[in-house]
Amino acid sequence: MKRSMNRSGLALVAALAVAAPLGAQTIAITGGKVYPVSGPPIEGGTVLMRDGKIVAVGKDIAIPAGAERVDATGKWVTPGLVNASTNLGFGDVGFSGGPREQTAKGHDGIAAGFQVWLGFNTQSVMIAPAREGGVTSAVVAPTGGLVAGQAAIVDLNGALALTDVLVKAPATMVAQVEDNDDAKVGATGELIGALRDLIEDTKAYMRRKSDFERAQTRQFVATRRDLEAMIPVVEGRESLTIYADQAAEIREALSIAKDYGIKIVIAGGAEAWTMADKIAAAKVPVLTGAENNIPGSFNTLGSRQENAGMLRKAGVQVALIGNGAGGEEMFNVRNLRYEAGNAVAYGMSWDDALRAITLVPAEIYGVSDKVGSLKAGLEGNVVIWSGDPFEFSTRAEQVFVRGKKIDAPSRQDMLAKRYQTLPPKYNTP
Amino acid sequence: MRNVVFAAAFSVLACSPAKGSQAPAPKVKATGDSTKSKDSKDSTTTAGRGALSVPLADPFPSTYKPFPSKTTVIKNVTILTAAGPRITNGAILLKDGKIESVGASVNAPADAVVIDGKGKFVTPGIIDIHSHLGVYSAPGVEAASDGNEATRPVTAYVWAEHSVWPQDPQFPRNLAGGVTTLQVLPGSANLIGGRSVVLKVVPARTVQGMKFPGAKYGLKMACGENPKRVYGNKGGPQTRMGNVAGYRTAWIEAEQYRRKWDKWNADKKGDPPARDLNLETLAEVLRGNILVHNHCYRADEMAQMIDISHEFGYKIRAFHHGVEAYKLADVLAKENIGAALWADWGGFKMEALDGIRANFALTNQAGDKTIVHSDDPSGSQRLNQEAAKGIEAGKELGIDISEDQAIKWLTINPAWALDLDSKIGSIEAGKDADVVLWSGDPFSVYTRTEKVWVDGALLFDRDDVKEQWRTDFDLGFVPQIGGAQ
Repeated sequence: MKRSMNRSGLALVAALAVAAPLGAQTIAITGGKVYPVSGPPIEGGTVLMRDGKIVAVGKDIAIPAGAERVDATGKWVTPGLVNASTNLGFGDVGFSGGPREQTAKGHDGIAAGFQVWLGFNTQSVMIAPAREGGVTSAVVAPTGGLVAGQAAIVDLNGALALTDVLVKAPATMVAQVEDNDDAKVGATGELIGALRDLIEDTKAYMRRKSDFERAQTRQFVATRRDLEAMIPVVEGRESLTIYADQAAEIREALSIAKDYGIKIVIAGGAEAWTMADKIAAAKVPVLTGAENNIPGSFNTLGSRQENAGMLRKAGVQVALIGNGAGGEEMFNVRNLRYEAGNAVAYGMSWDDALRAITLVPAEIYGVSDKVGSLKAGLEGNVVIWSGDPFEFSTRAEQVFVRGKKIDAPSRQDMLAKRYQTLPPKYNTP
Repeated sequence: MRNVVFAAAFSVLACSPAKGSQAPAPKVKATGDSTKSKDSKDSTTTAGRGALSVPLADPFPSTYKPFPSKTTVIKNVTILTAAGPRITNGAILLKDGKIESVGASVNAPADAVVIDGKGKFVTPGIIDIHSHLGVYSAPGVEAASDGNEATRPVTAYVWAEHSVWPQDPQFPRNLAGGVTTLQVLPGSANLIGGRSVVLKVVPARTVQGMKFPGAKYGLKMACGENPKRVYGNKGGPQTRMGNVAGYRTAWIEAEQYRRKWDKWNADKKGDPPARDLNLETLAEVLRGNILVHNHCYRADEMAQMIDISHEFGYKIRAFHHGVEAYKLADVLAKENIGAALWADWGGFKMEALDGIRANFALTNQAGDKTIVHSDDPSGSQRLNQEAAKGIEAGKELGIDISEDQAIKWLTINPAWALDLDSKIGSIEAGKDADVVLWSGDPFSVYTRTEKVWVDGALLFDRDDVKEQWRTDFDLGFVPQIGGAQ
């Protein structure tokens, strides 16, 4: 599976080598209030980038001659934001039109072998708005079924080739234990059983691969492709992100993690606050939001905006994702920073909230050596903000992805410009 | 993530899609005012035989009475009045359910509860003219799906209030978001979905106990994708041209019906004409007594709906979900049609593709009545934040919108859309004391509501769990917020 991914990637690179960005450039962002996240804030700090990477961050950084200087005096400088739950690049229209590449058909609700990034549109019109909101990296995740498939992490640099945007693939396996219909089961107990069967069968498959090839095993609950994809999960090398809201669902997810020694991440987690101590003790990270307090289903009766703050207080590693309304997985991936602001309004510390949309998601998915903070060696993903990034009155003035400033306007920008004067001129902008 | 996806799909449905009845017509003169129907008891509204055969009848009258209130003064506070420039370091006096006075200072009666508002803000109660609370209650199970009578494309005979569940746990959460008045609409599955109802966001055993006294009804209409999607395989309409034929057919029938009844009401000759619930509502629109709230995303479709309104002589009060309102902002201003918008929803279907954050600013600049609406129980709690996004989007285009202007998007402008701007929507002496006290600037992400008054009664207090309204459903099912772990 991995091989097929690399092959297609190489083919793309070969075809598009000319268009690939080289980024052989040195840029020094100076004078701003720098939030490296991995260390304390630096007043009047410098972020130095070369050839797409961050090479130095600090107070007294020597700026090489010939470097392009970007004055950030009076501005706030942070790592590019990392949105840990999106469907970016899998379609530009929610429904009744256009492709939707995030949901596989699978077999009996299982699509573990589904590599969602193979359908990722690097040129999706949804990417520019996200970047305008300071989001420079995104987990692009499959949805649907019991096991939806494998997610990837991409940088939103606008490059054409898939290999030029992928940060990590697979980044995690995605499953859910909160929707029986979607998982094609009748009850939670049946769903949990199906997930356990998949894990057990993966183990059996690993032991008896040659028997399997000769058709000398009992029938497994998943296809060869799915079982193969589950191996790194069962071996604890790849995380299993489990969407779970109700306390009982979270409890069962924790049991699976414990029984099989696999690494899980809880996503959604509406009622996680009711068992924050247990989640902290299990060292299981949670992805949740701060804009939902609606008992929208019988699985989310305990939904509350204080969830993230309460989990953090209990010592849980928390990354913030959108959980309000209005397409926060696609059109409004950009609103991640407001989720952080609302989390602060409901009890999370400001520092934790910034971590929760930068370094924490990078740590959870094992890419903190590439994105999520301002540190030498990391990708040059940097945002210069006009002020506090969580505030509505603040804008992302300059966004650098992999060391390149990107200011390509979004479709929305073009529409606003076109219609600012009525009637519009159809040959501008 | 499932919930997020669900929410988006739900919103589309909530505001979604039946098939047309028929009728044509000329401009008509309003024969009455439904808000006065209870008071102006002419012979046709007296109880007894035949009383209900009158279009102005009010068969489900409001029983709302303001809750007991204490005379209250908030002082040293910044007041966004929605009626003019802000008053910094000002004061407001709430008495007997009304705003008694407002200004740099007020005369505080000896018995008044005095609240020091230092560092805090006061605004009018927020008004959301696009809500499905009570008709799509939480939890969102099938049994609670009461918002779309998706059985035929024209269902002007249904009234949203007959679906409203007063124990919907979303109501108190909405109040906690500063929302004091809601227009609850049928969904958008149908070309003509039915009557809306305007509610005070207050605890009550019955929907009648929430109904805003004297508020006009609205008529929900819907353009575009939803009706044709819902009825495409159920006898039509299957196309946008089918949609338009459906509206026109309905109005043609309604106009005939109106003339028949208006004639009988004038001369009382012979038996009254047969009543038709569907046409009764539509005829009331033609008489100008019911306000049209039209779900319509695309600018070109808005223009067609405006032509239809001209053909039949009714007014469109507001376009809802007008993601392309900015493309037709000049026409909306000329027609005096409100633009009820989201800050940044878009892309979730083809007709929503061109949603832009500058929609508020561009419509505002064109002189439209810009309105922030939600169509969403979560978004409704944060209309102030939606407006804040709109201010910034304007700034990025070089359009400077003051907070004093932006507050109107969620208060006096929606009040106008409900024709209630003489009663609510601004901080002015004599108006209903629907008032919100905020912990800071309401356009900051860090600000929360602290206290909310409806008709002078303190109905939400963030600092006092005991004062927080819990619906019957909340009991036992929902851990009490504030009873923190």
